[in-house]
Amino acid sequence: MTMKNPEYDFKWCPGCGDFGVRRALEGAISRRTIEDESPPENNVVIAGIGCSGNMVHMLEGDQPYGFHGIHGRTLPVAMGVKSSNPELNVVVVAGDGDFLGIGQEHIAPQAARNLNITAIVMDNGVYGLTKGQSSPTTNMGVITNSTPYGKTEEKIRPFQMYLTMGVSFVASTMSSQVKRMSGLISDAMNHPGFAIVHVQSPCTEYNNTFEALKGNAKKGIPPLAYDVPDDHDESDLRAANELAIDSGVPLGVLYRDTSRQTLDQKIDEVTAKAKEKTTASLLDALSI
Amino acid sequence: MTSAEGFAQANAQVGYNVQTFSTFPSQIRGGPTWTQTHISTSPVLTAGDDLDVLVAFSREAYDSHSAEVRDGGVVIYNSGEFELEESGNTFGMPFDELARQTGNARAANMVVMGALAFLVGINQEILEQFVTKRFTRGRPGDEQIISANIEALTLGRGEAEKRGLVIGELGTPTPVEGEQILTNGNVAIGLGAMAADIDVYIGYPISPASSLLIWMLSNLPAPGKLAYQATSEIEAITSIIGAGYAGKKAMTGTSGPGISLMGEGLGLAWMAEIPLVVVNVQRGGPSTGLPTKTEQSDLLTSLYPGHGDLKIPIIAPGTVEECFYAAVHAFNWAERYQGPVIILSEHILSDRNQNIPKPDLSKIVTENRKVHEGSNGYERYESWELSPMPIPGTPGSYVANGSEHDGMGDTTHLSERHVQMTTRRFSKLKLLEDGEFESCNADASVVVMPWGGTKGSAAAAYDQLVMSGSDIGWRYTMFINPLPAELLDELKTKDLVIVPELNYMGQLSMVLRAEGINAQSITQYTGLPFKVGNLVERIGAMAESRKQEGVTV
Repeated sequence: MTMKNPEYDFKWCPGCGDFGVRRALEGAISRRTIEDESPPENNVVIAGIGCSGNMVHMLEGDQPYGFHGIHGRTLPVAMGVKSSNPELNVVVVAGDGDFLGIGQEHIAPQAARNLNITAIVMDNGVYGLTKGQSSPTTNMGVITNSTPYGKTEEKIRPFQMYLTMGVSFVASTMSSQVKRMSGLISDAMNHPGFAIVHVQSPCTEYNNTFEALKGNAKKGIPPLAYDVPDDHDESDLRAANELAIDSGVPLGVLYRDTSRQTLDQKIDEVTAKAKEKTTASLLDALSI
Repeated sequence: MTSAEGFAQANAQVGYNVQTFSTFPSQIRGGPTWTQTHISTSPVLTAGDDLDVLVAFSREAYDSHSAEVRDGGVVIYNSGEFELEESGNTFGMPFDELARQTGNARAANMVVMGALAFLVGINQEILEQFVTKRFTRGRPGDEQIISANIEALTLGRGEAEKRGLVIGELGTPTPVEGEQILTNGNVAIGLGAMAADIDVYIGYPISPASSLLIWMLSNLPAPGKLAYQATSEIEAITSIIGAGYAGKKAMTGTSGPGISLMGEGLGLAWMAEIPLVVVNVQRGGPSTGLPTKTEQSDLLTSLYPGHGDLKIPIIAPGTVEECFYAAVHAFNWAERYQGPVIILSEHILSDRNQNIPKPDLSKIVTENRKVHEGSNGYERYESWELSPMPIPGTPGSYVANGSEHDGMGDTTHLSERHVQMTTRRFSKLKLLEDGEFESCNADASVVVMPWGGTKGSAAAAYDQLVMSGSDIGWRYTMFINPLPAELLDELKTKDLVIVPELNYMGQLSMVLRAEGINAQSITQYTGLPFKVGNLVERIGAMAESRKQEGVTV
């Protein structure tokens, strides 16, 4: 978990978007440590599998707890941790393959529960660690090593999906905007409910989208990314959907609903209705 | 409740020993269902082989089960539903019509119970007491319902009396010493888990494990205690991994396809060393298999549910009572060695009601994990043996990692680390070799050793064989992995270890042979438990042929 560990031999490629995400996450955790006077060990970072999953070993500075589990299952692990100790700040870090491919089945249930965690999705539109296969966010027609004659599927539209599933905080950012991203991650951590910060985090090796995102005036390439307009109403689901169906990449908070109860609150509420039973009383009830 | 279960409960209340076993098809309504009840003045080991009385509610039931009635046994059929030729031991009565005569159409079960009581010479008062207790619920109509039900008992009794049939008289019950409870295997596991201070239960519905989930959902919730229905078995196992990692005592329950789906998660819990308990209530497999039938065919998949070098500790209870203690031990084991433990139960236990001694909670020992209580910078996995576990929220940050890792939990590919960590994970199993086991006729060179729910019928068969002069021994333990060290040593000295088990492959004997034990299985894969008579024959023949071999060699 520190740069000084000689046994840990994994490296991100030079220029990888995940470096920016790391700095942004470190900043958000450290702000929390200072502003909330909450010790670093109150943070738990739960990673999936892939380049992004190595985030948990790459973090520098004060060390949070880490969990580097199995492919696609970050969210249910996070549910187990958070519902066991609601005081913890639980952060999921996963790539587009992990979160939107193998792990997609876990998004809707946590959205329905409004699990009070933050998920940082590092979207590079490719399976990088396994060296360049197509992912759910790879564009249709693109040639990758798993789509030698072109991808036959439409790409997933993550923002539409999150909003439809009922995720209560949806933010969009890109890895080069470290400071702004860090602020969005803090917002997500402070949001009461399920918060997703979706980061365009390009893979310099297999799917370098920096230029497409930022544009290149010299080459006449217009930027895909643009700021969410100042007059956007974050609490308006229709307005959020307008941004989500746009062909570009809006940057900022698309949607924020703070009116819902979190899973922890709901569990407390229903638990209060349950008559507390002891093992002894349950045994007595079965006495012959 | 069925007539058979009501009859069992009534009899248990006055001190008889009872055991029931139900089976039903995988559909919401209808289809062939049956419940078998065994009542005795002495402890009952099985739900019974041949039937003294068959109560057939439908033609289909009669056709399926009439061959199981013993010579001299009686068949009571529902003549309101179908017609049979009445003979010496077969008589019909219209169950529903007699019930309607009492003014309570739902009392058909009581009509049947009345007839049953007459056939085996059970005092009507016993049943009347049961009815009164059962229907005294402090509601306005209680008295009416009670009197209608008692009338139904009397009508049924009268029908049997008219035929002049008696199949013997059940002796006076000798009340069992100590308090008793009547319960089934899944509830017993739930109670054991509560006695072991379970914090979190997350499960996904699947037969025959659903009743455990439902029991937990209604009985576990309290401040700091969580029971939750997951959206899949994958979510169930990975969320309890999160709970175990966060310091809680966590459990899930499943069966059949569910245990397959949990394989990857169990591997993660083994690798990252997360304490948790998985209940696998076995049903017939593979794939969807036989969801509502019994089988012991998940032993190998429970030992080795995931890829790579791993071997999950297993406790396989053999009776409803053992289900309770298996749950207590499973939590203790999980906490002690900091890893996953599987309780390997079976449909024959989950859906069996039995009177068992009420567990004495003052004698239950619960263990808690060794927790790191120091500062940050601690390396949880650095030792070659078990070491204290840090809990999120307290100093001691580390990475729980499913990839091979170093002391801090950071991913590594170094050979020496993989050697160290593999050794570490397996060495922890030695902490669990203290299980108890049963032993009879210790010196015999041929030994019967059943496992799990086959214990009852094997014990009954063993008793019969010994009574008739066979020189065979008995060993039994619910601690399947690791086996008690002393038991393992003893088994290695035996000429033959006979393992009756309900699967095709002979799974436990495979495991024992791998340990250097001369073990052979007696298998059955019908979806039903062994009949005692069948085991007597097959164990006797196997033991005999072994002896003959011994002479010729």
